[in-house]
Amino acid sequence: MSAVIHTPGMPTALPAARRPRSLLRPARIGIYAFLIVSAAFFLLPLYVMLITSVKPMEEIRLGHLFALPMKMTLEPWAQAWFTVCTGLQCEGIRGGFWNSVSIVVPSTIVSIFFGALNGYALSFWRPKFGNGMFLVLLMGAFVPYQVVMFPLVRAFATMSLFGTLPGIVLIHTIFGMPVMTLLFRNYYTTVPRELFMAARIDGGGFWRIFMQLMLPMSLPIIVVAIIMQVTGIWNDFILGLVFAGREHLPMTVQLNNVINTTTGERLYNVNMAATLLTSLVPLLIYLVSGRWFVRGIAAGAVKG
Amino acid sequence: MSSVSIQQLGVRMGAANILEALDLSVHEGEFLVLLGPSGCGKSTLLHSIAGLIDVDAGSIHIGGQDVTWADPKDRSIGMVFQSYALYPTMNVERNMSFGLRVAGLPKQEISRRVERASKMLQLDQLLSRKPSQLSGGQRQRVAIGRALVREAQVFLFDEPLSNLDAKLRTELRRELKQLHRELGATMIYVTHDQVEAMTLASRVAVMRGGHIQQIGAPGEVYAKPANMFVAGFLGSPTMNFIRGRLGEVSRTGVRFHAGAFEATLPHEVFVNRPPLNAEVVLGVRPEHITLMPASEASPGAQVTLVEPMGSHQVVWLDMQGQRIAASINLPEPPELGSSTGVVMDLTRACAFNPATQERL
Repeated sequence: MSAVIHTPGMPTALPAARRPRSLLRPARIGIYAFLIVSAAFFLLPLYVMLITSVKPMEEIRLGHLFALPMKMTLEPWAQAWFTVCTGLQCEGIRGGFWNSVSIVVPSTIVSIFFGALNGYALSFWRPKFGNGMFLVLLMGAFVPYQVVMFPLVRAFATMSLFGTLPGIVLIHTIFGMPVMTLLFRNYYTTVPRELFMAARIDGGGFWRIFMQLMLPMSLPIIVVAIIMQVTGIWNDFILGLVFAGREHLPMTVQLNNVINTTTGERLYNVNMAATLLTSLVPLLIYLVSGRWFVRGIAAGAVKG
Repeated sequence: MSSVSIQQLGVRMGAANILEALDLSVHEGEFLVLLGPSGCGKSTLLHSIAGLIDVDAGSIHIGGQDVTWADPKDRSIGMVFQSYALYPTMNVERNMSFGLRVAGLPKQEISRRVERASKMLQLDQLLSRKPSQLSGGQRQRVAIGRALVREAQVFLFDEPLSNLDAKLRTELRRELKQLHRELGATMIYVTHDQVEAMTLASRVAVMRGGHIQQIGAPGEVYAKPANMFVAGFLGSPTMNFIRGRLGEVSRTGVRFHAGAFEATLPHEVFVNRPPLNAEVVLGVRPEHITLMPASEASPGAQVTLVEPMGSHQVVWLDMQGQRIAASINLPEPPELGSSTGVVMDLTRACAFNPATQERL
């Protein structure tokens, strides 16, 4: 930015004076110092995890937590992926990775579809008691999981959905519904109502307007919803532990098993590698979609 | 038989009556303009004709068929909105053909209709563009085209030109009038712009508070307003209202006193027998006032403001405490503060009852 000050006596031919831009002004130094310290504070655990995961156990036993590895090895990563024991089996956490993928993908798609459908119906078709239903749905966002856990287990057992893949997908869809509905409802209220009216006159029905008009228009908010749902469901522990069943335990639950089963020495490097592997998906999403992610958080501000 | 006929229509929103016992019939091939200030119920009326809101009472017939409870698509209507309401993810061609594709028309028929409409509206070069790549005027043309391809009996326009700038508005207004002449279809047009109403309409319906105040040919509504609201709503600057009292009746007319201002109103000013010695409001249009050099014969006035309009001037006068606007066309507008004589063409004036505001 340049500020030009014209003093009456000054020759106008002079080039516009630029404000001196020195990086070494005290305020600047303060800001950068603060930023660097906070970045270091938050990056430190990651740094420790990363270097520990590539150290052999002999080096870890020395206890130099922050020291760079003298002999780098990828052995712990391979162990974590292929051979580490998650409970009774010792096949690594790769099984958990694929379990998580097979939970996250359908859960994300189904919950976004129904969230969008709810939001669309609520903001354009305005059913009777729609606002009341929406309020009840929103209250669902504030109900702690622990309260509904046992009734849900009983209900799912009766429907023989307990411990199945469709069961855990349904659970994630249900718990995602309040926030997804809110997200899409708020998005659709910004769409001019005349657009909906025009489509009605053109003969569009409930489903055609939704599938051919509203969904294609919703791409920006769908991206936000995908980010929220994928990170949320990937990081879930308690629902996966309770509802997924032994066959579909997500990666987070298996990671917990890895770290908590100790037979003999604690393999810190393998634990660190397994943890990093587990957090890889959310981490990637953070890195790839920073801008969208912030939007997602702002949009879903009701729920942390 | 009328193309659109509305009987005893009532629309409520919550506790408020938006429309109440409203009757309206629109003739085949007519261009009817619903004119009124915002909140007068004109858009609600249009939306209930379109079937976009449910009515609480009365019936709507289009082309002789009762469509009161019919789906919008089954009413044989095409509609154009103020915000264009184009489908943002579809190109111009798909925007126009959306309704036809929904109706399941054969491909050749769809492309024939789209081609015809796009030729009419000079859109043939733009068919593959998205709405975001079009200017405001082009967008509204596409919206009109989308209504045209439906080959409907009745076209509904909801303030279609309000989002355009003044120049484009004039241009599209002319095109709309041309379009109406070519198609000969029934059109119902909602606006709050009196110029649009005057230029486009075969008949104007002036609305206020959910009621139609007056309906008739634009010239007739302008020259013979039914009440003070209609008189004041049409025309710019608005009609001058002078409060006064009627006096003795003679063969030439009825004497009118307003303070120092006195005049004789010809008998043709009154629709009914004039009430004697009653308070009245005299309405005179600015263009029916001419300025004369001050003399004994005409009432005097001071010039307080002059607004040059290019083709004419609007001169604001202080006529013995009454503020009067005169629309005149002089090579030299009068000087501020100068006094001038005022001559009114009283054969074209109107008289109103100040209590009921109805025309006398």
